[in-house]
Amino acid sequence: MSNEKTLKTWWKSGSPWVWLNAAAVTLSMIAVIGLLALIAVRGLAHFWAPDVYEFRYEEADGEIVTLYGSIRDTEQVTAARLRQAGMQLDDVESEFVDRHLIKMGNRDQLGSDFRFIVEPRIIERSTPTDIVMVERTEWGDQTGFLREVLENSEVIARGAEAWPEFEQRIARVVELREKINELESDEIGAINYTLEQLRLEERHLELEGELTDARLAELESRRAELDERYQLLLQDLNALYEKINRDSYVMEVQGGIDVELPLARVVRAYQPNAMGFFGKLGFWFEKLWEFVSEEPREANTEGGVFPAIFGTVVMVMLMSVFVTPFGVIAAVYLKEYARQGAVTRIIRIAVNNLAGVPSIVYGVFGLGFFVYFLGGNIDQLFYPEASPSPVFGTPGLLWSSLTLALLTLPVVIVATEEGLSRIPRSLREGSYALGATKAETLWRTVLPMASPAMMTGLILAVARAAGEVAPLMLVGVVKLAPSLPIDGNAPFVHLDRKFMHLGFHIYDVGFQSPNVEAARPLVYATALLLVAIIIILNLAAVRIRNRLREKYRALEN
Amino acid sequence: MIEQARTHGIDVSALKRGGERRSLASEEACMQVQDMSLYYGEKRALNGISMTIPRQCVTAFIGPSGCGKSTLLRCFNRMNDLIDNVRTEGRILLDGEDIYARGVDVPILRQRVGMVFQKPNPFPKSIFENVAYGLRLKGMNNRRELEEKVEWALNAAALWDEVKDRLHDSAFGLSGGQQQRLVIARAIAIEPEVLLLDEPASALDPISTLKIEELIYELKSDYTIVIVTHNMQQAARVSDYTAFMYMGDLIEYGDTDTLFTKPRKKQTEDYITGRYG
Repeated sequence: MSNEKTLKTWWKSGSPWVWLNAAAVTLSMIAVIGLLALIAVRGLAHFWAPDVYEFRYEEADGEIVTLYGSIRDTEQVTAARLRQAGMQLDDVESEFVDRHLIKMGNRDQLGSDFRFIVEPRIIERSTPTDIVMVERTEWGDQTGFLREVLENSEVIARGAEAWPEFEQRIARVVELREKINELESDEIGAINYTLEQLRLEERHLELEGELTDARLAELESRRAELDERYQLLLQDLNALYEKINRDSYVMEVQGGIDVELPLARVVRAYQPNAMGFFGKLGFWFEKLWEFVSEEPREANTEGGVFPAIFGTVVMVMLMSVFVTPFGVIAAVYLKEYARQGAVTRIIRIAVNNLAGVPSIVYGVFGLGFFVYFLGGNIDQLFYPEASPSPVFGTPGLLWSSLTLALLTLPVVIVATEEGLSRIPRSLREGSYALGATKAETLWRTVLPMASPAMMTGLILAVARAAGEVAPLMLVGVVKLAPSLPIDGNAPFVHLDRKFMHLGFHIYDVGFQSPNVEAARPLVYATALLLVAIIIILNLAAVRIRNRLREKYRALEN
Repeated sequence: MIEQARTHGIDVSALKRGGERRSLASEEACMQVQDMSLYYGEKRALNGISMTIPRQCVTAFIGPSGCGKSTLLRCFNRMNDLIDNVRTEGRILLDGEDIYARGVDVPILRQRVGMVFQKPNPFPKSIFENVAYGLRLKGMNNRRELEEKVEWALNAAALWDEVKDRLHDSAFGLSGGQQQRLVIARAIAIEPEVLLLDEPASALDPISTLKIEELIYELKSDYTIVIVTHNMQQAARVSDYTAFMYMGDLIEYGDTDTLFTKPRKKQTEDYITGRYG
């Protein structure tokens, strides 16, 4: 009786409700923190240099091999399953055995970088300090022991002396490669760009029928001048290539094979087992910095994601530039000028529903309307000389930003309307009473006061747009963009260019990559980066909003 | 009755012109209301009101809540235009010109007929910018001119000494009474002919109220002032003429002393003696 009564009072007191609420909040928090923790741990671990073991391992057919590799993953599998797969496990009594995924590198020699080994079949493992990991411009990592360093095919150093010599020469190669890059992409790139402009100019004049001999001669002379500069640069370039191809090195890789490779292929070499904790920490930061600042290599599975970061940020900013004025103006008309009635109500419902349209539908619309219709017509009207290759009639940065602006328009409109309706009537009247017209009242009082609400709309828009991938695949994102949308060639901002995007990068690396095992940690790292960038963009917007709120805090009175 | 009103702790005899008898007929008309009716949708809020607002005097509107006194006040600068579904009939003349005529520039009208509201409503800007708001609207952009005018307006609103060291601080840092005087300064900065005060002291403490009342008395020499008030003592203290309204009708209108001491209508007497309202 009394128990029943206490239960009843407990129920009536409302505490079950409080507990339910608290539980819901806790669950959401755990989900969010768990998600972030998972991608953070998996992503950031990618940059750590793990110990590399030398395994003596008994293969399924009884052959004993030597494997070099670092353990990347360990899982438990049933012994029965392995026996079914034909593995000799007679001496194993336990039901489960550990199976390791090891990264061996040497894809050029072995065919794949990764393989599984099972714990009971490992005869011996050791961590030789002189084992070397070499990151290369192609074929992934190389694992092995450095034997010789050669200059012009003559041995310079051998055995123990080889490593310091190797390190020193890598530094030289890295420097040379940077110079070559600079020459190729900046200077020669600029010449190519100008040559293309000249070609378009000539074609333009030809189409207009104004291609006189004098003009032609002038164009020719400019072209000749560029050609001359190009030849000079080419000489420099060839000299650099000769220099960079001077050295080579010999590694003994798995299976006792000696492999000679040009040093020009080396990006970085390190001896993971010889590095202490702080050495590894330094290495971690170096790799992290490479990740955010460099361009990708090897079908995006190595190197950095800088172009994708850049593309994401530029696209989001452009989108903000498009969506904010457009959304605000629409909201002002809807709230301030339009006669409130059935029509505005229907428009509001439509705007709200627009927010629920699947993003891929916007992508299709963007492709059909912006790219083919608008872009196609712009090309016909303004770039006839570029035909048949399209300028704006192809997916690009401008169309992506516009498509996402359209996608996020509803949130900006709704948030701005909300903000406008929260401006106290008394302030508007105060302005009118001083002889202000409606427009003056809007510009001088209402809009500034509604600006925090507009920022709220923009924050929501940015959060949604930065993570959107599906529509971008149709209107401008590519796996690998040859150049950034902003560079040193006039007019500096190239809205017609295709660009890379972190969200698409995740999809591409994770699911379209030829080397899935190698790319998987990159998926986490890129995801973490994308989340970080969205948070940074949002924090920036929140800061601006808070400053505006502080400035116009009349609403709280 | 008037004696009772005056014993409210404030010596109002000093504020009033020394006992001279006045009559509406002898005053110059500033605004004339001619058969003004106003409808909120179907509901009639003003029933054909006619009256004359004398120049450079304080005219008070009193009456119970919902009697239409604020509505009438808001007709004087066409503030009611901002409300949906409002329809007016009749005319209001300002210096002989109908402010409801076609082609009247309403913003200019509002510059000539300023208004102060019940709750202080400074803009979320600095004190200086609040006062300069109307001036800027009129196209004044010269910094020096603005500064002079702002100082003059703040002086006229008896606020200058209190705020001269923090002109560029937010107006929200001021107390309620200071904010209300700031709003008055804002209104008089553009030098209107008429100043409409819609219960300007009802949200203020007694000291601030007194300051506002003194200010009204000061301003009277330059402006025609129309004040709506709930507070009969206040009407008695500050106004030269008082109109009593009830249910959208103008019941009685005359000089304040007469209205409060010898009301002609029963309804007026009932109201001022506190029998209803």
